[in-house]
Amino acid sequence: MERVPILKIGDILLVSIQVDMSDQTALQLQEDLAERIVATGCHGVIIDITALDIVDSFVGRMLSTIASISKVLDAETVVVGMRPAVAITLVELGLSLNGIRTALNVERGMELIAAAHADEHEELDDEPDAETASS
Amino acid sequence: MALSAEESGRLAGLLTSHADRVMSRWVEVAAGSLRGRLSQAELRRQVEDLHRSMVGTAEHGPLHLDGEHAAELRAVLADLSRGRARQGFSATETATSIFALKDVLLEVMEADAGESTLRDYVAYSRLVDQMGLFTFETYVRTRESLIADQAEQLLELSTPVVKLWEGVVAVPLVGTLDSARAQVVMERLLQTLVDTSSPYAIIDITGVPAVDTQVAQHILKTVVAARLMGADCIISGIRPQIAQTIVALGIEFGDIATKASLADALRHVLRLTGVETARRQPRRDR
Repeated sequence: MERVPILKIGDILLVSIQVDMSDQTALQLQEDLAERIVATGCHGVIIDITALDIVDSFVGRMLSTIASISKVLDAETVVVGMRPAVAITLVELGLSLNGIRTALNVERGMELIAAAHADEHEELDDEPDAETASS
Repeated sequence: MALSAEESGRLAGLLTSHADRVMSRWVEVAAGSLRGRLSQAELRRQVEDLHRSMVGTAEHGPLHLDGEHAAELRAVLADLSRGRARQGFSATETATSIFALKDVLLEVMEADAGESTLRDYVAYSRLVDQMGLFTFETYVRTRESLIADQAEQLLELSTPVVKLWEGVVAVPLVGTLDSARAQVVMERLLQTLVDTSSPYAIIDITGVPAVDTQVAQHILKTVVAARLMGADCIISGIRPQIAQTIVALGIEFGDIATKASLADALRHVLRLTGVETARRQPRRDR
């Protein structure tokens, strides 16, 4: 079975999906990602789907689930690099991937996460929190 | 419908023995219907080509326009008809150039009338009819492809995506927005977003004469698709009547930003991206 690699860049986990997603691969990715978020304490997850030609309702739901899981583990999920054709298909199918943030490319996705993280820090600025100090 | 071997042979003989007369008369009769819009030399060349390929085909055995060895004749006919279609001749003018052969054949055959002349003439006439119809079909096909090409060009012309600022692109929509155009606009816009990695797009509908539920649906779909890709869309150029129509139809734009003019939309985006614009102080000495 193919596994989707998860890369850690600073405070962000980068998942670049390069293979066709089967049910098994998707479930494995969910598990792996949840483990990695806990293990690394990252606050951002970027899922790069530039290479995906087809995003069906199953992959759409998987992305939603991953976003929800990450949310629970206090990590922001951004889906990046969706192709125009894929976006059009999803709209035609009526899937709007609610609750998922999107960006044009990995770079913009990282900016988005950084911005979201900065907001959080501002709110926490008054309290001398160990987590804030570390990053 | 094919000519028999003897008939073909006789036709070939007739065409070769009276070659000069046939061709000059053919050119004369055909030129009459074209009213001088095609040069004599050009017409002469076409008639010579036709004559040559007809003789060539007829000498080969039973002349049948759909037959294998009539390929050259078909090619010459198609060539002539395509040329005429492109030059703007009417279908009648094109077909008449072929039908002119009938008059010429009649004249030539009248001179040495034999017992089989009538039967031959009817057979030849049928062949010429077929050739004429073939020309007509090719003509129509050429015209149709011309129209299709033009429609495509029009579609391309009417949907430019322009870059307004670093990271801001705009689509000025002009004309009625039907499904086909909406699709092209959507694809073009989304592709440009990817190519330029612009996070903001402005859809300007100043040039759209009417917005009904379907047009609104198309625009909304484009906006949602752009959002899925991680870009934000602003709709601008909403004229007063259109605003009234939108409200009357109960179209909901939800949380999509709408602005009255392109300038407002650009200002909105610039503010979002944190670009400050300020008027320069006018110089005193002027």
